[in-house]
Amino acid sequence: MPTVMDADRMSRALVRIAHEIVERNRGVGDLALVGIRTRGVPLARRIAANLLTIAAEQIPTGALDITLYRDDLMRHAVGPQPVVRKTEIPFSIDDKKILLVDDVLFTGRTVRAALDALIDFGRPKAIQLIVLVDRGHRELPIRADYVGRNVPTSRDESIQVNLQETDGRDEVVLQRAEAV
Amino acid sequence: MSAPSNLDRAESVGRPLREEPRPATRLRARHLLGIADLSAEEILLILDTAEAMKEIGARPIKKVPTLRGRTVVNLFFEPSTRTRTSFEIAEKRLSADTLGIAVGTSSVVKGETLADTALNLEAMAPDMIVIRHGSSGAPHLLSRICRSRIINAGDGMHEHPTQALLDAFTIRAHKGRIAGLKIAIVGDLLHSRVLRSNVLLLKRLGADVWVCGPPTLMLPGIEQFGVHATTSIDEALADADVVMMLRIQLERMQGGFFPSLREYFNVFGLTAERARRAKADAIIMHPGPMNRGVEIASDVADGPYSVILEQVANGVAVRMAVLYLLEGSVA
Repeated sequence: MPTVMDADRMSRALVRIAHEIVERNRGVGDLALVGIRTRGVPLARRIAANLLTIAAEQIPTGALDITLYRDDLMRHAVGPQPVVRKTEIPFSIDDKKILLVDDVLFTGRTVRAALDALIDFGRPKAIQLIVLVDRGHRELPIRADYVGRNVPTSRDESIQVNLQETDGRDEVVLQRAEAV
Repeated sequence: MSAPSNLDRAESVGRPLREEPRPATRLRARHLLGIADLSAEEILLILDTAEAMKEIGARPIKKVPTLRGRTVVNLFFEPSTRTRTSFEIAEKRLSADTLGIAVGTSSVVKGETLADTALNLEAMAPDMIVIRHGSSGAPHLLSRICRSRIINAGDGMHEHPTQALLDAFTIRAHKGRIAGLKIAIVGDLLHSRVLRSNVLLLKRLGADVWVCGPPTLMLPGIEQFGVHATTSIDEALADADVVMMLRIQLERMQGGFFPSLREYFNVFGLTAERARRAKADAIIMHPGPMNRGVEIASDVADGPYSVILEQVANGVAVRMAVLYLLEGSVA
């Protein structure tokens, strides 16, 4: 199982992304972070901490659960029904620039669901996408604005992101999925 | 599954989630006929899911697309304001198409049997049927003859599972747990499906349940469920964490179960003075509709410890959770 990002590299990528955010948006005014559950949420918090260091401003941060917006939810797919978790966006997203955060960008379907969910909360000025890993194989016209690392993969591989907050350590590993 | 096209998340590609382990992630049965069929894990899954659903009701757009294209029939053979409205709002918030059958204007008045009504509805292929009926076991009958998923919204004197679930949700919101709490249920035990569902649920989650009512309205054999039964309201209320008052169901009473409503209130009614026997932070619940001045004094029903309207609000979230989970339940 090759490691494609270790803790240092992950940490540097998140600092770099924070700098790119400030540069691209010419500051941090009107910005808000929304992490997609599960691992987008701790990543969003880390980026918020980096932005606080760089720009000395606290960016509002929320958590989005996209389960109820999934396009495969009621197709009786094989496997366990996803557990619905709480969405917590304790601020108005109207006229804000929303930085949407997820761990892995793959088919783009999660992001599609997240965009639908976000629009139900209001009308943001813009939505930008941050991902730790872009592994390719898009099925929808979606791209990321900030990428921690591009990792070319084949479809039968999978990317496993482990984070201190959810898994006890920081690393990204590439693994062959067990027989499908 | 042919390709992982449906699933974007790395974690969904053939390996288990590494989050906090959850005992149950789906319901085993395709119907919700009663609490009796649910395990403690399934009850907790419904309550946890309802926590997430509750947030949807606080959004500017109170709707998610989850049950788009699903049809839910609300078949109510008995009067209902809360339960019926609550189910309808829950269905609409999940984007299901809903259909209310008002029994007074349906063919039931022409003498159609329940089974025939159900089979005719079934021919129009609804995905779920929510049924309230005066006869115990009516939802069970439907579950045997229909392909739709059946949700019991109250059957006779048997069960009212979503009421017990919303009661548990409300208790947990205030007390953080169910296990170990002293819960006093007072009133018309004999006719109450709310009591039966609540006793089953609260005992399954480990509460210390006390039931209290006049001997004529006591449920024979209730002790076999592991509850304390008493005719003394003072004993039931002593140091209770939760006080749940049940409605005197005059419409189900033939003959005299007690001398007068006034006397019932004097002996079993919840007054502010009696409520002080419970713990200082006790909550007071009632499934509605209330008979003010019969089982509960008005000032208690509207008082600071009353969570009666919260129960109603929580009902929507709990029913959304049930609809969502049943739609995803095994086959």
